[in-house]
Amino acid sequence: MSMWSRISNAVRGERLHREIEEELQSHIDEAIASGRDPKEAHRAFGSALRAREASYSIRAAGWLESLLADVSFGWRQLCRNKVTSFAAVLSIALGIGSCVAAFRLIDALLWRPLPISNSSNLYVLSRKMTGFEGKPVEDSHWATPDFNLMRDAIKDQADLIAISDADRTDITWLTDDDMEKAHVVYVSGNMFPLFGLEPALGRLLAPADDRAPGASPYAVLSWDYWNHRFGGDPHVLGRSLHIGNQTFQIIGVGPRDFTGTEKGTVTDIFLPLSMNSFATQDGVDWHRTFLMLKPGVNPATAVEPLRQHLSAVNRAFEAECSKCFRGATQASIDRFLNQKLVFYPAGAGISELQKDYRRYLGVLGLLAGLVLLIACANVANMMTAQAAARAQEMALRISIGAGRRRLIQLILCQSALLALLASVLGAFFAAWSAPFVLSLVNPPDHPARLALPSDWRVLFFAFGLIVLVVLLLGLLPALRASAVRPVAALKGGEDPHSPRRLMRGAIALQVAFCFLVLFLSSLFVASFQRLQNRPLGFSTDRLLLLETVAGKGQFPVVWNQTAEALRAAPGVNSVAISRWPLLGHIQINSDISINGAPPSPTRAFFLNVSPDWLSTMKIPLVSGRDFRPEDTSPGAAIVNETFVKTFFPGQDPIGRSFERAANQPLNKVVGVIPDVPYHDLREPSRAVFYVPFAEINDKSAPSVVDFATFTIHTAQNPLALADSLRQLIAQSHNGLRVSNITTQLDLVRDQTIRERLIAMLAAFFAAVALLLAGIGLYAVLNYSVLQRRREIGIRMAIGSTRAGIVRIVTLDVFQMIALGGCAGVALGFGAARYVQSLLYQVKATDADLIALPTCAMLLSALVATLPAVLRALRTDPTEILRSQ
Amino acid sequence: MAKTDALQGSLDLLVLKILSRHPRLHGYAIMAAIASTSGEVLRAEEGSLYPALYRMEEAGLIRAEWIKKDSGRRARVYELTAAGKKQLGLEESRWQSVSLAINRVLREA
Repeated sequence: MSMWSRISNAVRGERLHREIEEELQSHIDEAIASGRDPKEAHRAFGSALRAREASYSIRAAGWLESLLADVSFGWRQLCRNKVTSFAAVLSIALGIGSCVAAFRLIDALLWRPLPISNSSNLYVLSRKMTGFEGKPVEDSHWATPDFNLMRDAIKDQADLIAISDADRTDITWLTDDDMEKAHVVYVSGNMFPLFGLEPALGRLLAPADDRAPGASPYAVLSWDYWNHRFGGDPHVLGRSLHIGNQTFQIIGVGPRDFTGTEKGTVTDIFLPLSMNSFATQDGVDWHRTFLMLKPGVNPATAVEPLRQHLSAVNRAFEAECSKCFRGATQASIDRFLNQKLVFYPAGAGISELQKDYRRYLGVLGLLAGLVLLIACANVANMMTAQAAARAQEMALRISIGAGRRRLIQLILCQSALLALLASVLGAFFAAWSAPFVLSLVNPPDHPARLALPSDWRVLFFAFGLIVLVVLLLGLLPALRASAVRPVAALKGGEDPHSPRRLMRGAIALQVAFCFLVLFLSSLFVASFQRLQNRPLGFSTDRLLLLETVAGKGQFPVVWNQTAEALRAAPGVNSVAISRWPLLGHIQINSDISINGAPPSPTRAFFLNVSPDWLSTMKIPLVSGRDFRPEDTSPGAAIVNETFVKTFFPGQDPIGRSFERAANQPLNKVVGVIPDVPYHDLREPSRAVFYVPFAEINDKSAPSVVDFATFTIHTAQNPLALADSLRQLIAQSHNGLRVSNITTQLDLVRDQTIRERLIAMLAAFFAAVALLLAGIGLYAVLNYSVLQRRREIGIRMAIGSTRAGIVRIVTLDVFQMIALGGCAGVALGFGAARYVQSLLYQVKATDADLIALPTCAMLLSALVATLPAVLRALRTDPTEILRSQ
Repeated sequence: MAKTDALQGSLDLLVLKILSRHPRLHGYAIMAAIASTSGEVLRAEEGSLYPALYRMEEAGLIRAEWIKKDSGRRARVYELTAAGKKQLGLEESRWQSVSLAINRVLREA
């Protein structure tokens, strides 16, 4: 008989049982016929049941057969308590689904290697130094001449690759009219070959494309862009692409999976490094530098010597680069030159999104894991209660000879069934929720795009999670049930407290985790609220922003004419011009020099604005006046209060002047305004000065402006006007074209995307955790009251007061809540240290942030215990004592 | 001498030997044959005989077949397979060497 026949025997178990029965019976008949005493003949087989079990397990694959039996038994058990089972499956599904979704996001953004060859040999170069303001800064961008020197210095041991960050660029395909945005990346020609990438079409950029500045006007499209922009049209090769005044020819399409090295952004177009005008400038740090070890080089020994070599080359370059430091003191230059070059593994790509979201995703994973643990504790409690209710059945099984292994298998089967059902539901939840959460990371200009494949990595994680859940759910109840002592259980009186001890432990654990989730989410929600309710100092009401470009530039007078035309449009209240919007992507600072002195260590940020910009933004003047049309830059300036405190402490700034570097033209302060956030809602007040939009050069002639933003206060919904105003600008045929449309409100909202996301998810998890913990508490207390009916009845009969009954029913549970709560507070403070950097003006020690989760916890505990307490009070002693 | 249960491990040998002499015996007949040929000294208990039969069947040493008896009842009869014959040779020689060795020890003592 083979394994197969044993397995098939297992499946047709009923028939096999009959056959064995028949054979044994015929044996007994034979024995009696040959003169044996019938009783003796029967006895010879010992326990008939045992003989049959033993014979059976040899002829059939017993484990399989018993597994089938246990699965169907477990299924019947689940069906018997439909509501409980459904709630259990649902809560575990939510936990598993959240964990898998969190894993998919974390894995896709932070861990998954790029689809390139030798990704484990890829590093990214960065340097740590003390910035000009004395703070430690880290810079991961490099100047191309520096990159070239370093590349040549180590070309025998490793290759250096330059890749710029994806920039959302205005491009045109045919005429100047259809301008669109695409993510453009400049790469050194060795990137594609070193990454082992093959073109899907045409050819890719090659080292020859690096040869001379401006000599290789070629572009490679990413597979993704080729597909969604051109529908995979092979005739795209040879087409021209215009960026600014440059024209590129499409020479190929990249491989299918490669979307660049910047996780979270899908690169559309790859251009040669040599085609960017920055590539020849010593002082512009603009691209990242990657290092690829040659195959066969041992990273453990090769990296440190390479680092030192590159460090020396870089230092020589920086020291040489005298243009980089204008007017800084020797001490601060020395401090700046004291750079430490560091390598980071970059096999999983490198991006700002990773930096911004690493900790947020960690918190998300933690919350999802905690909710899963809470759900597991709940269901384990439920199963312990069921197992305790089945103690007599277990005892019976053991006394008729069932092995303890078989009992453990029975219970684990049930928990595995639960977990499997839950994981099917959870898979749907994860499939929906991971892309959903990703879609919430959606600044309109730069929505995060990330491949979220469900491959073996995800399956492996999910499988591990399921095994863990099965063990968490089933192991304790299983061990408990199998440890039943038949005699005691059949007597009906085994220590009735032991399952409750286990369940109370689970309650304490649950409360601790629940408190942690509540505490963390209250931190994030409070942080988000404070950030959102932060006084801005300017209005966001109906402010349309038209970011506009002007090719090679237009004189301010043309910009003003366009603003005038916009003002005349219906529905427009007022129009002003600024070079860039507040809280946008651009921030530029400048040296400040007072009375011809060397620049102070603090720099100040600036913005060019037209007259009426302050009134359009509803920023009040503290003193002085707004710009007038005849004001120019340099010439006049409006400063904020921090600027006054920093550069004119204790003086009236009106009428004083400053220079933007030593020996530059003077800017006379004409007005003072309050501090308003400049680049980041979270930033502390910075010194900011505003200069007139109209700039003049050193010959007092107007300079051209190549981009600016029209700030338009509208009467109705600003976006409704956007299209007509854009056409109005295009119809003026003065070279001005709108490149981006947004509103000031959206820019403010973009600032809080991460905070809103985590606050939303944390609140969701907190609600789920609270609900689960409440259900768990209710179930345990209810069970405990049922178990102790006899005791309660007796106590009532001998005159215990109602208060006394309530006390004995709830005392130990509230002890557990207190214990769990204390543990939760300790855990919370530990976790808060880790997330402190993510919080805005929120401290973990704020009293209200501890009080809130405590109250929520206590309130839900009260609600959850109420039914059980009422049931205990309604106990009728005579009825109980009669029935037992 | 009390009737002893067949020595642990030698039951297989006895069953195989009996089946090699008389193919197609059912369980009770095998038990009876062991008893009679050993002069009522050795006895295979039912509780161990049937598991042993099933084990050997599962190992492919013997095969079983249902036959109709005169009484109208069905019986399950066993016979050796080729593998079973080979196994019998092995077991026999092993038994010989073991009993020789035991005898030698007993003589020495």
